Amino acid sequence: MKRGAVLLVLLLFALLVLAVAPFLGSENIPLRTLWEGSNDEAKLNILWNIRIPRVAMAFLAGAALAVSGMVFQAVFRNPLATPFTLGVSSGASLGAAICIHRQWTWAYLAYVGLSATSVCALGGAMLAILLVYGLTRARRGFSTATMLLAGVAVSFFFSSLILFLQYISDFTKTYRILRWSMGGLEQVVDFGDVYSVLPFAAGGCVIVLYLTHELNLMTTGEELATSRGVEVARVKKGLFFAASLMVGGVVAICGPIGFVGLMAPHICRLLIGADHRYLTPATLLFGGAFLVLCDTLARTLMAPTELPVGIVTALLGGPFFLWLLLARVSDEGIG
Amino acid sequence: MQASADKTAIKVRDFSFRIGAKEILRNVSFRVEQGQYLAIVGPNGAGKTTLLKCLDRILTGGTGRIEVFGRPLKGYRQRQLARRISYVPQAEGHLWPYTVEQFVLMGRYPYLSPFSTVGKEDRRLVRRTLEQTGTAAFADRMLRTLSGGERQKVLIAAALVQGADVLLLDEPTTFLDYHHQTEIRKLLCDANTRSGVTVVTVTHDLNHAVLESDRIVALREGRVVFDGRPGEIMNPEVLGEIYDTPFVLVDHPQSDVPVIVPSLPSRETP
Repeated sequence: MKRGAVLLVLLLFALLVLAVAPFLGSENIPLRTLWEGSNDEAKLNILWNIRIPRVAMAFLAGAALAVSGMVFQAVFRNPLATPFTLGVSSGASLGAAICIHRQWTWAYLAYVGLSATSVCALGGAMLAILLVYGLTRARRGFSTATMLLAGVAVSFFFSSLILFLQYISDFTKTYRILRWSMGGLEQVVDFGDVYSVLPFAAGGCVIVLYLTHELNLMTTGEELATSRGVEVARVKKGLFFAASLMVGGVVAICGPIGFVGLMAPHICRLLIGADHRYLTPATLLFGGAFLVLCDTLARTLMAPTELPVGIVTALLGGPFFLWLLLARVSDEGIG
Repeated sequence: MQASADKTAIKVRDFSFRIGAKEILRNVSFRVEQGQYLAIVGPNGAGKTTLLKCLDRILTGGTGRIEVFGRPLKGYRQRQLARRISYVPQAEGHLWPYTVEQFVLMGRYPYLSPFSTVGKEDRRLVRRTLEQTGTAAFADRMLRTLSGGERQKVLIAAALVQGADVLLLDEPTTFLDYHHQTEIRKLLCDANTRSGVTVVTVTHDLNHAVLESDRIVALREGRVVFDGRPGEIMNPEVLGEIYDTPFVLVDHPQSDVPVIVPSLPSRETP
């Protein structure tokens, strides 16, 4: 069981990263604080109320973005399909920007653990995905290359709307929108944010895990999938819904974090193959652990200054991905 | 296999299909009996592939009536239909990132439930089919590394593993060398005669079509222009009507059906 072994290694890697990350940061917390805790309230406070929520958030965000990237790559059968290239991230960003600009709070949402920004970001993600989905339905035989170009166009369109909003906003709001659109995890300072992302990330992942057989068949093309018994239209709707849940939920809190959604699924495909029954849990674990690792580096490399996590994801993931690609190019590829 | 009252596997009546403004199929009617080997022929663009895709609901819409084992096509869920009909697409250099075994296993989809893994029974069936189709030797290789002929055999194996009563094929031997063509034909004949699988194949190879099939349906510009026994189509007049081309026929030494031979190229004498 080679693939089982890879999955086990990934699980151990994720657990290790999750266990170690909270103790590292601008101030390292020695492990013994845990049992000698009472005489160092401040450190315990940092650990429980700042570090652990942040690490949890990084894991959720990384896992959700990676799994949604995997879904897009399978459904569009294109290695470049990601939440970014299809305009879903910028749709979510636009939703959040509008919310910040209009200063919507919708306090009653707090009762169900949501924030107005999350709901707007989710709405934006769904809008973008509906646009993309509508385009695939509008004309039969719309090639995936055309789809991606349309996604890029949608993405630019939303981005310029965000710029427009920034332009007409006052200074404070402009700064909030700008800071938010840089993406990152430093605004996560308690469990509230984690709880507001959890249902989105978990819900999306469960739907995707439910549809792994279908994802495998979708990878072989919609015609063949149909002839094998997949209700392609319904499955696609379900997958797109799951992906927009995940992207919307994450982007609402963390802003757009790039690279994880593109590279994590590819790296896992090279490690474990394209069978989504194994690939999905692998991508989930790797994406989550990878973002925790990157965020930990972002917090510590130039401490006490924090780097934007997007810089680290690309710096670390890029070369690693190229190395994998060159090492395994023999028979298994990306496609 | 479930016996239907009238032994008809597929019944198509007055079926028309358009894509945009273009009418691809016009009032097509024919039936496929259980256990039959039916070849669909006709010039390029006659609507053969579209017809095949409509039968497996890969394309939806159209007017008229299609019945599969006595039930209207619309009454099937896709998963149920997949247990009745399987489909082998035209070869197009597919580059799917799976091994042969993984790919063939996916043929068991109509029998799987979500979160489930493939059972022992499924694996045994896949093994057997791989052996029957002569693909067991490269079961662990990636699909992209196979030759065209090997890949075609794998596609057929995956369709057979689906355990459907009817097998639809779209030009299964086009682009293949003689050796692989012969192997594929043998595979299909075996499935038909030994396992009782109903075979419906679109082909441009008239000679093989008449020698192998029980019946031939010819399409031209979306209409059925011939529907009958193989012997009847091998007639220069009938063929000329379908293809707008003159044909030269000769007697086959082993069969009472004549076959087409290539005519000499008409060159102007210097």
